[in-house]
Amino acid sequence: MTATSLTRPASTGGGRGRRPGRSGARSMGGVGRAKRREAIALVVPSLLPVLLLSVAPLLVGVLLAFTDARLVRRPEYEVVGLENFQRLLDNGFFWDSFRIGMVWAVSVTVLQLLAGMGLALLLNADLRLQGLTRVLALIPWAMPPVVVAIMWRMIYSPNAGPLNAALGGLGLPDDINWLADFSTALPAVVVVGVWVGMPQTTVTLLAGLQQIPGELNEAASVDGANAWRRFTAVTLPSLRPIVTSITSLNFIWNFNSFSLVYVLTEGGPGGKTMLPMLFTYLEAFKNRNIGYAAAMGVVLVVVVVLLLSAYLWSQFRAEKER
Amino acid sequence: MRVLVKPAQYLALAAYIVFLGFPLLWLVSASFKSSAELNSLTVNLIPQDWRWENFSEALERQGLVRSAANSIVVALVSTALVILIALPAAYALARFRGLLRTVGTGWILVSQVFPVILIILPLFLILRTIGLTDSLVGLTLVHATYTLPFALWMLQGYVTAIPTELEEAGAMDGAGRTRVLREIVFPLLMPGIVATAMFSFVSSWNEFFFALVLLQSPDNYTLPITLKMFIGGEGKVALGPLAAGSVLAAIPSIVFFSFMQKKLTGGLLSGAVKG
Repeated sequence: MTATSLTRPASTGGGRGRRPGRSGARSMGGVGRAKRREAIALVVPSLLPVLLLSVAPLLVGVLLAFTDARLVRRPEYEVVGLENFQRLLDNGFFWDSFRIGMVWAVSVTVLQLLAGMGLALLLNADLRLQGLTRVLALIPWAMPPVVVAIMWRMIYSPNAGPLNAALGGLGLPDDINWLADFSTALPAVVVVGVWVGMPQTTVTLLAGLQQIPGELNEAASVDGANAWRRFTAVTLPSLRPIVTSITSLNFIWNFNSFSLVYVLTEGGPGGKTMLPMLFTYLEAFKNRNIGYAAAMGVVLVVVVVLLLSAYLWSQFRAEKER
Repeated sequence: MRVLVKPAQYLALAAYIVFLGFPLLWLVSASFKSSAELNSLTVNLIPQDWRWENFSEALERQGLVRSAANSIVVALVSTALVILIALPAAYALARFRGLLRTVGTGWILVSQVFPVILIILPLFLILRTIGLTDSLVGLTLVHATYTLPFALWMLQGYVTAIPTELEEAGAMDGAGRTRVLREIVFPLLMPGIVATAMFSFVSSWNEFFFALVLLQSPDNYTLPITLKMFIGGEGKVALGPLAAGSVLAAIPSIVFFSFMQKKLTGGLLSGAVKG
């Protein structure tokens, strides 16, 4: 949630989360010492579990990456310095999985954005059936990732699945084993990723669209701008901050995604859908090399943070130039 | 050209409705089908004979009811914990601005992108040391911790929406701090608390990854884990009852979201996006 769906929603799986914003800097003037003490007393109880169950583990996790810890009853481990990272450099399977994770995260994020933008524009236009579409657009977001995966396994089922049946009806090849074929497995899970993640993107973009003053579009119309021109000159620039934040968040969530693909394919066939989180999970809990897995986790986090900073920096520059 | 815009828009809308809605429809339809029909090559959306027995079979299936009960307990207790912890903190975040607020919101944002995989490894070791792996208590604590940031974010939004003037007026009339909180703030906050609690419940109910890592004995499985175990040995599994179980597992989330539909599309999110 999601932490996976907690995330992720189900997170995991499942995700949710918005950009925290400042709701008007209403200054309290000189906040008295007593008041401040009161505020701290109110916040501390929420800090404790967080420190114990997320901040401390995160730090320990980084330390683990420099040890040869194994997941056994009586763990005795030694500090091995950078050995895990050196091994990782030569681990072709890890980098394969990393590449698959990138392809997955980038394609899901881009398709989510495009599909979500299309749907948001339709929901913002004056059409019927919007109530139905709104409800439909929210359900995938809320469903348990496991149920989503079970559902799509049925859709993709090679013999009795509706997808192959529909293709057969159109006279196309109808014997594709979508989730087990080397060439279709990754695209097939990407579609499910888009199905799950599109709603949140849509809702966020829709909220942004509804804040664009109608006069802006009217003025552009009067000036003779057609729909496409209005979209590129008025809508898109106004949505830019929202697009930037939702894209960054989606990318991270997708890159950290686990539950959906784990239940859909368990990383198969032949590792073709082995997302980095699955790879790391298997290394830690099946091969029991928890120190080595922690090193993988550290590498993944560092790369994601670097990529994201580069993206945000480029957006920031573009924003400044305007 | 102009005349074509509306039909084109409706065509696109229809495509979205099919893409979003058909898988759901199919799952529901499968939950009423017999195994024979589910495995036959003739594919129909409407079941040929409606098999309500799938639902009773799913419920009779070993472990499903038990794991649903586990899920409910974990979700309820973690929700109660989250609300108890988040309520005072949300109030403080909303009312006392400054460094506290910056740090608080910063942490909420960071927690949304936490690398769970890096946390679960040491967390597993820590919880094992204190004997809380393969335990619903451990899972409850973990769920509460990971729902907390977003619950906090939701709640502080609701607190911010209550005008401080109301509290000031109460104080002016001579009501003490606790009385102001109990009689003015709390009642106004109730809808927000309900929404946050529902969100927290659904998050825990849906959660898969932590449950997968932490729980080992089938008696402790939560619903998502049990459903995943059903599909382990494909072919042998009865797809009808599996679909029926999945439909049942999705109900709380769908109830929550239809309840929250208006809020999510309107208030909550737009407030968050305004920046």
